[in-house]
Amino acid sequence: MVTMTATSAYPLASLLRQAYLRQSTAFCPGCGHGIFMNAFLRAAAVLPLDFDRTVFVSGIGCGAWVPSPHFLADTLHVTHGRAVAFAAGVQRARPDLNVIVISGDGDLATIGGNHLIHAARRQTSIKVFCLNNWLFGMTGGQVSATTPRHARTATTPAGNPDPPFDLVRLVLGAGAPFAARWPVSLPRQLARGIEHALREPGFAFVEVLSICPTHFGRINEALLPAGEASQSIPWRMLEWLRRQCIEREKAAALSPEERAGKILIGEWRGEEGWP
Amino acid sequence: MPKPHRVILDESLCKGQACALCAQTCPAGVFRPADRPTPQGIVPMQAAFPEQCIGCHQCDQLCPELAIDVVPAGALPTPPPPRAGPLPRPNPMGGWQESPALLPPGTYFMSGNEACAEGALAAGCRFYAGYPITPSSEIMVHMAQRLPELGGNFMQMEDELGSIAAVIGAAWGGLKAMTATSGPGISLMLENIGYAIMTETPCVIVDVQRAGPSTGQASRPAQGDIMQARWGTHGGVDLIALAPWSVQEMYELTIRAFNLAERFRVPVFLLADEIVGHLYETVTIPPAVRTFERLRWPQDMPFDTPEPDGVPPMPAFGEGAYLLVTGSTHDGRGYRRTTDAAVQDRLMRRLSAKIRRHQDEIDDWEEHFLEDAERVLVACGSAARSALWAVQQARRQGRTVGLLRLKSLWPFPDEVVASRCGGRREIIVPEMNLGQLAGEVRRAAGVPVTSLIQVAGEPMDPRRILAYLLEGNW
Repeated sequence: MVTMTATSAYPLASLLRQAYLRQSTAFCPGCGHGIFMNAFLRAAAVLPLDFDRTVFVSGIGCGAWVPSPHFLADTLHVTHGRAVAFAAGVQRARPDLNVIVISGDGDLATIGGNHLIHAARRQTSIKVFCLNNWLFGMTGGQVSATTPRHARTATTPAGNPDPPFDLVRLVLGAGAPFAARWPVSLPRQLARGIEHALREPGFAFVEVLSICPTHFGRINEALLPAGEASQSIPWRMLEWLRRQCIEREKAAALSPEERAGKILIGEWRGEEGWP
Repeated sequence: MPKPHRVILDESLCKGQACALCAQTCPAGVFRPADRPTPQGIVPMQAAFPEQCIGCHQCDQLCPELAIDVVPAGALPTPPPPRAGPLPRPNPMGGWQESPALLPPGTYFMSGNEACAEGALAAGCRFYAGYPITPSSEIMVHMAQRLPELGGNFMQMEDELGSIAAVIGAAWGGLKAMTATSGPGISLMLENIGYAIMTETPCVIVDVQRAGPSTGQASRPAQGDIMQARWGTHGGVDLIALAPWSVQEMYELTIRAFNLAERFRVPVFLLADEIVGHLYETVTIPPAVRTFERLRWPQDMPFDTPEPDGVPPMPAFGEGAYLLVTGSTHDGRGYRRTTDAAVQDRLMRRLSAKIRRHQDEIDDWEEHFLEDAERVLVACGSAARSALWAVQQARRQGRTVGLLRLKSLWPFPDEVVASRCGGRREIIVPEMNLGQLAGEVRRAAGVPVTSLIQVAGEPMDPRRILAYLLEGNW
């Protein structure tokens, strides 16, 4: 049975602006940021996160579009790279509100890295969700500080010569009390991880391993698992993520050879030291 | 035997086969592409075989468009999570108000930078974010001491980009907020100053000007940032700048800067310089201070007005306005309209007109011996103090000279300058830069202007101005 009434298809309608109950997002088909948005809203509904006492801050890039304009809450869509600094000001001025940053790897970790590490050091009471799609999506797929080594982008046509940031290590090294990494290929774990981060009392950072089918997927198709003809690039990217990611607890039992090339996912506490 | 489920897929939200994550994740073969494309040319997915659904919820959790809901057969669609509703709204009276000054009234001896900080506090500033830089740092140090005493917030940020960012964030939190810096810091802040213009965020930016481009001479005075303040951020839309010449004015014009910022929802520059910043003088603190408090209601149109030159009310975060604050071109409610020519045109014109068409509320100047003056000096800031001394000395020697001192620089007081400079024998502009003010005076007055330039990183030499007035030597 298929119904087409827009409001009924949005189980999370009360968290979204009216305009977006009748039109789809600005994201490309199969965008990982949409999967994150889905997981975030589910986590917000479970907690529940009070959207009437929450300010979402985002910078420039595709990831910044998750809260602004979709979420029915106060949103501050700012200049490129400065979301965390704006959020720090909002948080200090209004400690009675939840302040949540949702933005991309280019925004938070490439142009805006300085604000990120200082917020981690100060343990500013904000939650930061970094949607890592491995490159600059909105501007056409240029290399970012998180692009994997050897991956092709519009500005590294022969492969990225530089190693990427490990964002979890970066913020833990800077003093963050809580950091996590979850992929959009595991939406249940992702939603639970978001919930955990939102429950943290102070600074919390979540690196969300997202996918950019349009810019990363197409140009790096050779890296993806060979799919059947019927499989879409977003699906093959999710498959690739699923194979790459391994929970940190399980990784501990593996040999170095088995762990090579894997991405650790899970949660880390600052007092544990570096992963 | 799995319980039967109902799969609700909103095809109008579906991005179709290029995504098709639902079909690929479904272990039961519920989904397939529709028979025909939508008017937008997308072939949406359909829950074609819902009777096969096993209720695993892989699809609804993976759908990037939130277009799928899976519920037990016979059940209603998942109800949306309840909302607590907005907080009770504070309803402060906005507009002009008079309140007692913070400092006991009387005469004080303090530096210009301290007077600036005290003026800000008297105006109601309760948030400061900054980064140390000579010759402005005393403002920050004073605020670090005083703001906590008053229940305010002080932040030393990691750089100037973050400082102005935090200031704008705090302003949307409902506070009057400021930062202070010098030229190099302004250079870093300019992008976010444009953001403040675009989002109509009131804030005060103090620029204690120092000599030279780049690092230049950190502890030496200059007036080299006049054009930077006006034109530094891209896009070229108006803001307001004031120029104090004394410690007393560091107090008074800082209060005025906050009032204009709140009145017009715009960043306001206080263009001080190293001399007025570091100078110690007596300051008279009056018993009361007149302030403009932010207008916060109604909330429905925070980014446009029916008039083409209006200032919309500005709700704060947490008041149920569900603000969409963005530096992208936006309509009156804040929705991005980044390809709409009419919205862009209207916004640009209103951002400018709300300042320009209310210039009578902004223009500020002082006249000395202008009535019979054949030759008129036009100056601002500490250079005007040197100019006034020279004018007074020249008058004693029978020269009919006068001084027009500009206290507001942006929007440039064109009519004031034109009406005071027309029909004179000579217009003379002494300044501590390569002729920035002279160019504006020439443009506004439409007459030739003698530009007296001094860029040695030293106070404008009053004896040299006098020598020019008496002997024509520069």
